[in-house]
Amino acid sequence: MATTKSPTTRSSATTISDDSVWILGTHMTRFARYPDSDVVDLAAEASIAALEDGDVTIHDMDVLAAGSLFNAGTGIGQRLQKQIGQTGIPVYNVANACATGATAVRTVYLSIKAGEADLGLAVGVEQMGKMGLLGGAGTKKEKKVFEPSGRYGAVTGVDGYIGTEGMPGVFAQAGMEYANEYDGVGFEQFARVAYKNHLHSTLNPLAQYRKEFSMEEIMASPTMSYPNTLLMCCPTGDGAAAAVLVSGQRLKAMPAQARKRAVKISASVLTSDPYTEAGQVQPDVNTLTRNAAAQAYEAAGVGPEDLDLVELHDCFATAELIHYDNLGLCEPGAAGDFIDSGAPFRDGTTPVNVSGGLISKGHPIGATGVANVFEVTTHLRGEAGDRQIADAKVGLTHVIGLGSACAVHVLERAAA
Amino acid sequence: MQADTPTQVPLVSYLRLGPRPHLVANQCTNCGARFFDRRNACAQCGLREFKSVRVDNAAKLKAFTIVHRAAPGIPAPYVSAIVETADGTTVRSNVVNCEPDPEVVQLGMNLKLTTYPIGTDDHGTEAVAFGYQPA
Repeated sequence: MATTKSPTTRSSATTISDDSVWILGTHMTRFARYPDSDVVDLAAEASIAALEDGDVTIHDMDVLAAGSLFNAGTGIGQRLQKQIGQTGIPVYNVANACATGATAVRTVYLSIKAGEADLGLAVGVEQMGKMGLLGGAGTKKEKKVFEPSGRYGAVTGVDGYIGTEGMPGVFAQAGMEYANEYDGVGFEQFARVAYKNHLHSTLNPLAQYRKEFSMEEIMASPTMSYPNTLLMCCPTGDGAAAAVLVSGQRLKAMPAQARKRAVKISASVLTSDPYTEAGQVQPDVNTLTRNAAAQAYEAAGVGPEDLDLVELHDCFATAELIHYDNLGLCEPGAAGDFIDSGAPFRDGTTPVNVSGGLISKGHPIGATGVANVFEVTTHLRGEAGDRQIADAKVGLTHVIGLGSACAVHVLERAAA
Repeated sequence: MQADTPTQVPLVSYLRLGPRPHLVANQCTNCGARFFDRRNACAQCGLREFKSVRVDNAAKLKAFTIVHRAAPGIPAPYVSAIVETADGTTVRSNVVNCEPDPEVVQLGMNLKLTTYPIGTDDHGTEAVAFGYQPA
């Protein structure tokens, strides 16, 4: 190293070891609706820009993981290659519910960890258009004959007869279960989560929506599934995000500028649901998130108190609130106090979803888990513009897809 | 068609009709885990022997949501719920015979199982669903 202007001592965690994995380049499209593009256009835009950001080309890539919940089965990875470069490398088409994008990142991470690749590209993409409400197959097509079918022997669709299968309701119940267990959690606390994320999104030019709403407007907007009103639910949308990953060994040989901008993946964790009694009849979004967080903190050697920013899976306002507790950002049972105290606002002690989150930045499903990595990486590089969290050193990304799959990544900025 | 007394079928096979309607679960004979679906093995312990057990009709409300934007064909608003029965089994259901109003539906409230018809097919067979109502 040449002369150092500021004598700040950095932890050894951010020195470049051979077996570490780093983010070299990253990009996301603005989340929006792109009726004139197709899903390959979006993936190509994010991929090419991420490669350029890392000052590498598709010919440097040893592996490609392409995440798209609705297009993994159409060979989105190979279709992307045909537009940006057919180099014959292994391609993984990834679908893993709302953890699809993060699973693509982890697929490349694992390839590098396994020694099969030095450099790899992870891209997440989705084109949802205006799909409307997700979850719940609908029960409209009334059977003419009631005959038992399926594992529950149902004679017709059960959504709406045996509780709700719609996403706003499923996550509403998860939040209400928390409200049942702990004091200080109710409609107002859930609404404040949405207030925060809409407010944050006004600073993010890549967000699908950038409009501030008052608490009154949020609480008075149409109820989808109480307590989630329309403004407490993420929208459908289109978009893509990509990240180029590199091994520590290869990064060491790269120019100083590349090393300086590189961001270390200090932990990459993927979990599924362990058996829980209540999880048999409703998705348990808590246990696997707690498990993922515990593993990630252990692997990274950091704790929640070390996090300068968090991008977590706020598909609904009720979800964000309970993940404060699941990720250990607040004291057990104190998620209501946490939001009321202002802690997760961008000027608080643990800024959460400064991008605007899924609620306002948007949630093109396959792109989300990569976009979270883009967001935290951009802050750790000090390149986040108006929404920059000053001097961010450590950040965490979290996504969860029902079924369930949960991914947590801990990212740390480079020492230089 | 026998129009007067339609044959009834339960909405799901884990609902038992008759004079005292109730739910039945597949209980793992090894670890006691309960499931409402057809099983290949136990999700908790992995063993493969189950017995059919009757689930208590008394329950408490653990979580709810009031669904305003419902699936097509479903009257809204309605109360979707997670309840815990007196014998500790978690059940997903609707809360019925109760105003769909957050001021009325109370977390922790006592409930009991009830049944109600949801429609009749072309052969005159009536499907019967279960729900929980305030006790």
